[in-house]
Amino acid sequence: MGNGLIEALIHLAQASVFDLLALSPPGWGGNLLRGLTNSVLIAVGAYGIGIAIGIGGAFGKLYGGPVLRDLLELYTTIVRAVPELVLILLLYFAGTDLINRLLEALGYQRIDINGLVAGICVLGIVQGAYSTEVIRGAILSIPQGQIEAARAFGMSPALMLRRITLPAMLPFAIPGMANLWLIATKDTALLAIVGFNELTQETRTAASTTKAYFTFFLAAGALYLLITLFSNVIIARIEKWARRGMPAGAH
Amino acid sequence: MGAARHAGWGALMSDQAASRLVDAGARASLWLQPHRIGLIVVGIVLVVCAAMFMRWDWLPDYYGLALQGIWRTLWILVVTCALGFLLAVPIGLVQVTGPRWLSWPAYWFCTVVRGTPLLLQLWFLYYGLGSLFPQFPWVRESFLWPYLRQAWPYAVLSLTISYAAYEGEVMRGAFAGVARGQLEAARAFGMSRWKVFRRIWLPQATYRALPTLAGETVLQLKATPLVATITVVDIYAVASRVRQSTFIVYEPLLLLAVVYLCITGILVYAFRKLEARIPTRLG
Repeated sequence: MGNGLIEALIHLAQASVFDLLALSPPGWGGNLLRGLTNSVLIAVGAYGIGIAIGIGGAFGKLYGGPVLRDLLELYTTIVRAVPELVLILLLYFAGTDLINRLLEALGYQRIDINGLVAGICVLGIVQGAYSTEVIRGAILSIPQGQIEAARAFGMSPALMLRRITLPAMLPFAIPGMANLWLIATKDTALLAIVGFNELTQETRTAASTTKAYFTFFLAAGALYLLITLFSNVIIARIEKWARRGMPAGAH
Repeated sequence: MGAARHAGWGALMSDQAASRLVDAGARASLWLQPHRIGLIVVGIVLVVCAAMFMRWDWLPDYYGLALQGIWRTLWILVVTCALGFLLAVPIGLVQVTGPRWLSWPAYWFCTVVRGTPLLLQLWFLYYGLGSLFPQFPWVRESFLWPYLRQAWPYAVLSLTISYAAYEGEVMRGAFAGVARGQLEAARAFGMSRWKVFRRIWLPQATYRALPTLAGETVLQLKATPLVATITVVDIYAVASRVRQSTFIVYEPLLLLAVVYLCITGILVYAFRKLEARIPTRLG
């Protein structure tokens, strides 16, 4: 028992952690950081698309016609019930296929869809379903009088959206939207399965090349954790800012 | 128990059943508006088109494997949720009432597990721990070794840890949310601390957590396909295998999505039934 442990420790020490994680090429730190950048880019892009879909979807669900409402309900139900992994594969294959068929029909060359763009779009569609629900709930929590007052002042729907609905729903939406941001950063790891070089995929490549699985997975875990902890600090500030002017303790 | 009372009870039941039937009818007619009929027709046309114009000839060959895959998915889901919940109760409890040397590790356990992707945790356990074990002769000689060489213990372990962390956070809130007066009243009745926990605190916290529990369980279902990346053959892995060996892309994936939709539907329905049994007007 003791021998094995000592051998393992020697093995770890030989391939020194700092050599392995060095930023310049013999070390893999640079690759990990590149993967981290890609992950953050995808998360930011997907989150942005998700918010755009979410605002549109929430308004469609609240004020749209019956058909639009049912279609949106279908969208949010399906996306929230089917694993992200399956959706990513479906949308990735179907999306690139459809675009290429469209291009061929129009007489253009087939193109290779950029993995980054595809990842952002697919995760954005997934995020959109969740943020639709969050924003819809937030809009419903706005005291009805505020919206009635805006209408009474003769505001157009667009002006009301910009001046009243969006700012007033913000404090109600932020806890849910913050949660979605954390989910977005973690969902980027799923793109490793489609072979996209984000942090998890880079980690796996580094780990399987050097056989230092422990070191690299721990390092990647620390990076993801840093994103989460850093986000939590920012979120707390944003929440405080969004709640300014609300009575203390009111939800 | 008198026969008359029995008959009265029966009549009451049938009254209830009748009014429930009327309710159901009213709800159905509310739900089935003209545009919905149109949408349903469109849906049926789409399904028929998919059945007629897509390739399903691979289905008979993979039928048995698919059923096995569904079984394995469900099995992993049930086992990891049950074990995860059992772990989540103490994790939540010590954060509310435990001493610092217990609550602090529990807090960080939740933070770390919830702050990193499940896929990374899974690969960390499977590749990291899995590559470390063979270096110790005493691990290879132990009775656990035949299991440690397979993939599924790592899948179960990592999904259990993940569920325990997310649910532990929920249970923390639920334990903290039970009104203090209830616990004090129970103590005043002379119940021991364990009895208070078993009879008052845990049931009420579970009731509070149940709606979130339903959501977390659906999320857990959606996390199960990740185990396919460490060679556990669940339903997702079966679909990937069909794709790789027949080069048919959409059909297996679409069917897979339908399977997950059905399982989610069943889960949501079951939890709704469970929630309906909770006595209301608590605290």
